[in-house]
Amino acid sequence: MLTRFFLMGLDKKAGVLLTVLAVLAVAVPVMALGTAPDSPWHISTHTVALLGKYLCFALLALSLDLVWGFVGILSLGHAAFFTLGGYAMGMYLMRQIGSRGMYGNADLPDFMVFLNWTELPWYWHGFDQFWFAAIMVMLVPGLLAFAFGWFAFRSRVTGVYLSIITQALTFALMLAFFRNDMGFGGNNGLTDFKEILGFDIQAASTRVGLFVATVVALAAGYILASAVVASKLGKVLIAVRDAESRVRFLGYETDRYKLFAWTLSACMAGVAGALYVPQVGIINPSEFSPASSIEAVIWVAVGGRGTLAGPVLGAVLVNFGKSYFTAALPEFWLFALGGLFVLVTLFLPKGILGLAAQLRDRLPARATVTAKPADQKGV
Amino acid sequence: MSTEDTLLYLDGVSVSFDGFRALNSLSLVIEPGEMRAIIGPNGAGKTTMMDVITGKTRPDTGTILFEGRTDLTSLREPAIANLGIGRKFQRPTVFEMHTVWDNLELSLKAPRRPLKTLTYSATREDRARIEEILDITRLSPRRDRPAGSLSHGEKQWLEIGMLLAQDPKLLLVDEPVAGMTDAETEQTAHLLKDIAGKHSVIVVEHDMVFVRELGVKVTVLHEGSVLAEGSLDTVSANKQVIDVYLGR
Repeated sequence: MLTRFFLMGLDKKAGVLLTVLAVLAVAVPVMALGTAPDSPWHISTHTVALLGKYLCFALLALSLDLVWGFVGILSLGHAAFFTLGGYAMGMYLMRQIGSRGMYGNADLPDFMVFLNWTELPWYWHGFDQFWFAAIMVMLVPGLLAFAFGWFAFRSRVTGVYLSIITQALTFALMLAFFRNDMGFGGNNGLTDFKEILGFDIQAASTRVGLFVATVVALAAGYILASAVVASKLGKVLIAVRDAESRVRFLGYETDRYKLFAWTLSACMAGVAGALYVPQVGIINPSEFSPASSIEAVIWVAVGGRGTLAGPVLGAVLVNFGKSYFTAALPEFWLFALGGLFVLVTLFLPKGILGLAAQLRDRLPARATVTAKPADQKGV
Repeated sequence: MSTEDTLLYLDGVSVSFDGFRALNSLSLVIEPGEMRAIIGPNGAGKTTMMDVITGKTRPDTGTILFEGRTDLTSLREPAIANLGIGRKFQRPTVFEMHTVWDNLELSLKAPRRPLKTLTYSATREDRARIEEILDITRLSPRRDRPAGSLSHGEKQWLEIGMLLAQDPKLLLVDEPVAGMTDAETEQTAHLLKDIAGKHSVIVVEHDMVFVRELGVKVTVLHEGSVLAEGSLDTVSANKQVIDVYLGR
């Protein structure tokens, strides 16, 4: 039954995306580890980490699409959940440094020694264990989202007001994490990681392993999100997006539905953040900055809101563009990003994935030949 | 008759918006299985009455009892809907992105909790019931169309179908024939009369032809309270009713 639940959401789009991910999961390790460095097929560790980073952003975009595309909650603070997941992973990685830090203190991370702290704060306990950190990666963003959503949705805060509060949430977290006495490394954040699960974090094989883990997480997230969206619960979510009060008069507690999607989405974002940190090697409060969350919204809009596959594509394409532009024309990137958002909003309301459908509609001759799906529903 | 035997019991219900008394000590009793038409000029409080019954608006004072025991004034919309009160809005509100079928499936009486809907799959009975409603509302050929592509009349019918799927004890129907052709109006009257056998129905309507077609007890609202009650002929002959409403 569970298998059926997970399979029911998968359509042709999902097939293409999952195939691409499967190819990546095989090809990238082979090209990175199995080819000679001078081979034209070889890809560097740096590229592997870069691709891994894109896919982490893709998972963040996917989680954002679940709430924005399907429930209509425009979160301008989704990077907060991503970053909290990242910090949970960062805390584990800090504890793995052990006595190899600059100050050689086996119990305390360097920044705590620097601040003359004598013992580990209570909230750092347990993070020396991977399983504990792995739970926290989802639990912390999940709990925050649940508490936030509980109050916001019950008070029926919606639309632009909710967006502004999510923005305030991530901004408040940024200010808090900048403070040294929060115990999260202040503005330097957490960095200088050595090992993950006993593997050297710089090693090419570890990087490839992290990349594969990211591909698996993205695929799993995609399958889960598709299943949720295709279920009756997903239909309720879409109905909430389009006519919330009508859904209430049908007897659905819409706050609970929003809370479910919102919390699930935050957990997914947390996982994305946790995979991001070991691949980029640092996590600091600037990840909480409102701009990061807004960028995530742009990825979703570019790829196609409410399509699940679109945001994945959008995140990868926009970040590829960002990597290219920030190297080639650094001062041009923000204009390109802003321009892209305007263009997409004006001309591609359904993003890149909606473009195909839009073109079909423009060509009536072709539209008429498109076969209608057979009527099977009532059988 | 004691309150226990009533389906819906409103006593002394008042609602003010910024000093404007939308409902002024309104009292109304609906019996199980009854169909009632509510008429009245604009601003008489017809829609506000529906809002207080369904939990959208909280009354300032007064009692609203469902089935003689459940106090509706302290409940939220979903809880009231789950007690068995369904509502059709004046402007047809269907889920435009969903197909006709999905609109009915979402309305169908079934557990409403998120984890139940996550694992829901339509049973044979569910599908049979939806088929039945599609037939009643004549929307069978449109089942796989997005509800947004339906005509105005079809949307009204879909919404009535959604009410049927909910299988409520009491249906509140706000201007069901607004914008319908004469033929559609007549069909809708038949449809509502069919429903009335098994459910109680409150219909708010401006269209006198339609109200006559229904042939049920009529309540005339004026300035937030009941002005007259009785058969359409009785209230039509009422001097006050003619003055405030019919005569104009």
